[in-house]
Amino acid sequence: MGRKLDPTRKEKRGPGRKARKQKGAEIELAKFLPLANDNIKKKLSSHGRKRAAKRRTGPGKLQTEMNLLLVKKAGAAEQPSPQKRKDPTGLKEKASHRHHQPGFSDDNSGWLTPVTKHAKFEEKEDEHKELSDSEGDEDSWENEEDNGSNEEIVDDYGASSSEEQELLPIEQAARKDKSDSEDDSEDEKQGSRPSLGQKEEEDTDLQLNVDIDEEFVLPSCEEIQKETFEPPDLHVIHQRIKDNMEVLKDFRNKREEGRARQEYLVLLRQDLVAYYSYSDFLLEKFMEIFPLPELVNFLEANEVPRPMTIRTNTLKTRRRDLAQALINRGVNLDPLGKWSKTGLVIYDSSVPVGATPEYLAGHYMLQGASSLLPIMALAPQENERILDMCCAPGGKTSYIAQLMKNTGVILANDSSAERLRSVVGNLHRLGVTNTVVSNCDGRQFPKVLGGFDRVLLDAPCSGTGVISKDPAVKTNKDEKDILRCAHLQKELILSAIDSVNAASETGGYIVYCTCSIMVEENEWVVDYALKKRNVRLVPTGLDFGQEGFSRFKDRRFHPSLKSTRRFYPHTHNMDGFFIAKLKKFSNAIPNVQKDEEPAIEPASQEPAPEPTSELQSKRRKLEGSKVATGKKMQRPASKGSSLQKQGRASKAVWPSPRTLGTRPNSRKKYKMHQSGQ
Amino acid sequence: MRPLTEEETRVMFEKLARYIGENMQLLVDRPDGSYCFRLHKDRVYYVSERLLKLATSVPGDRLVSLGTCFGKFTKTGKFRLHVTALDYLAPYAKYKVWVKPGTEQSFLYGNHVLKSGLGRITENTAQYQGVVVYSMADVPLGFGVAAKSTQDCRKVDPMAIVVFHQADVGDRVPVVVTAGPQGGEGQKAASLER
Repeated sequence: MGRKLDPTRKEKRGPGRKARKQKGAEIELAKFLPLANDNIKKKLSSHGRKRAAKRRTGPGKLQTEMNLLLVKKAGAAEQPSPQKRKDPTGLKEKASHRHHQPGFSDDNSGWLTPVTKHAKFEEKEDEHKELSDSEGDEDSWENEEDNGSNEEIVDDYGASSSEEQELLPIEQAARKDKSDSEDDSEDEKQGSRPSLGQKEEEDTDLQLNVDIDEEFVLPSCEEIQKETFEPPDLHVIHQRIKDNMEVLKDFRNKREEGRARQEYLVLLRQDLVAYYSYSDFLLEKFMEIFPLPELVNFLEANEVPRPMTIRTNTLKTRRRDLAQALINRGVNLDPLGKWSKTGLVIYDSSVPVGATPEYLAGHYMLQGASSLLPIMALAPQENERILDMCCAPGGKTSYIAQLMKNTGVILANDSSAERLRSVVGNLHRLGVTNTVVSNCDGRQFPKVLGGFDRVLLDAPCSGTGVISKDPAVKTNKDEKDILRCAHLQKELILSAIDSVNAASETGGYIVYCTCSIMVEENEWVVDYALKKRNVRLVPTGLDFGQEGFSRFKDRRFHPSLKSTRRFYPHTHNMDGFFIAKLKKFSNAIPNVQKDEEPAIEPASQEPAPEPTSELQSKRRKLEGSKVATGKKMQRPASKGSSLQKQGRASKAVWPSPRTLGTRPNSRKKYKMHQSGQ
Repeated sequence: MRPLTEEETRVMFEKLARYIGENMQLLVDRPDGSYCFRLHKDRVYYVSERLLKLATSVPGDRLVSLGTCFGKFTKTGKFRLHVTALDYLAPYAKYKVWVKPGTEQSFLYGNHVLKSGLGRITENTAQYQGVVVYSMADVPLGFGVAAKSTQDCRKVDPMAIVVFHQADVGDRVPVVVTAGPQGGEGQKAASLER
């Protein structure tokens, strides 16, 4: 007897604090680590075995082994060699073929399938079932252990944590997919598969989903009819639009057999009309202008308003000072871009931007970014005479005035008296003093006053570029409206050209712009002007923006139309716009140059237009009375011919339709000449 | 459009003199050319000569505005000065009043200026003298009439009116509601977004 107790080694027991103290690394770890001596074979779980094996062999070797595994088919049931990583104990050899994947040796193996080979799952399943039946007894004691450890180790994807260093099952599957042939993708028996190995199943599901979309089926007539009776389900329509676009992008591969592209397009059009609430006519027009992916972007952009922008009034303040003052008021803003020195874009504001004292004092003007562009193209110089034919509400006029620094003279005209009041208000507010405001019809112009240095024509249009500001345009514009606008614009552009003095030293420019994207209102009108007057297109000076069309559908325009610029809401984040800059090089009006030879005597010019065609009479109507044109023909005819010759000499660079000897009578020939350019 | 008659000229100049005193000549002979006044539909416009040449060719019934509108003659022959003349009168104003930042908005809404909102005032301002109202940042805000002389201003209580509101930049334009999201109050924000 005696005290055996060694106080230095006394182990504290009980619920107290001292009992909970850790005793030292060696002692603690010994509880967890397996003994270094492998002979004491602890019964390991499958994961434990794997970990042990890994520890022995090292990670690199394992990967190669895994690769080997992947390549081998499950058909080879007995695969002792790849299993060595798993099987330190001989116990598992019977179930070894099961563990050629990261398998499960417990009774879950019936429905738990490892993740690696997706294509041969059925076979494996069957194998597993057989195995589990036959070896259930032998493995049951293992299974119990495994259960405990399995639960904590196995996650839903059948991947164990020890495999993080190896490929994840999904990665293995991906690798396998790449090497496998495509017949696997037709495997339709997903539903019956056990739910684990889910990630891999999802992988295959993704593959299958893609295949399903490949077979985007056009709805049958009955379905379409059913839809017309029910209220439209926007989600369904949106999804269908997306699917349809996918098919159309890669039509050859993804099409349904026996269905024409046209049917897909028709369906797409119907869906777009329903989803975005456009009229059929307008959407057709857009489909002609935009390629399909852009079309959706454009339609989306029209749903959202463009950011608010302001223009600093440099007559009264500087952009820096204005920005500072507005920031002090709580407005969040940024300079508009490198291309503008006066623009600011407003993100948000705690005060109404249209009512700050700075606004009322005329330090800035609320103006869309696209409205700054035509004036930049016009480039008015100081001490010039400028005409703004459709000036309301006065934003562009005031910009011209500020660029001219209140020198020179501007005639601001608009045909609508109510809108002129806002012009007057804006001009006064912004401190513009060099402007006369008038209320004439633009078509009267050279009669009222002519001889300007530059003319800006911001023509009234259908407004298809500013749908985000006025959604009513989506539905209330049709063919007639567009053509009516186009007709008015053609008249206006001719008047504008006639009001410019080609002989002015600094000027002779006309800028034609619209806030529309229709080709009928833009390129067609400019082309018409090129044919009718002694003008040519010059570069606008804007280095961004899309070029205008020089051909469209069945129409062919003059190639110089590429120097015009188009702006879209979805590409430039400003309102849709079209800008063309013309230079007038001769004051003569070439309204008789429809004859063959360029060198025409004055006398012969009179009878030439007598055999009138529609074109001729239409032109006459536009330019005034028959008598007037007759007079015009006579007067400049004598000296005009020389001018015309001069004009033509200077035009030698580009072939003009006139010099090619077009006759109004033979329209076909006319068109042929056009296309010849 | 016609030049002003003697009578009209006299009436108008009297009104202007209330604000700018004897600096009338500066308005007519300016360094960048000579300016003149023209009457068109009862409104007086202040235009430069070169602008006049262009304006005369526009038919009378089609002419809406030229140069700057200073004011208009009422039916009884009195001259009413508009705030649009502010930019020209402000530099020559003899008596000025500066208001504090908080009172700016109030003045722009048409209220009179109280003593509490008064920032500075020119010395020797007589009572009922025409003044030009500025913000503290020297931005002209409008016209007014001094309700109290400078001396009296020092003595009165903070709630007394010191400047009667006559015209301010907020009311220079007819009422047009803007289309923009932050259009502001209808009566103040005049122009359509463009």
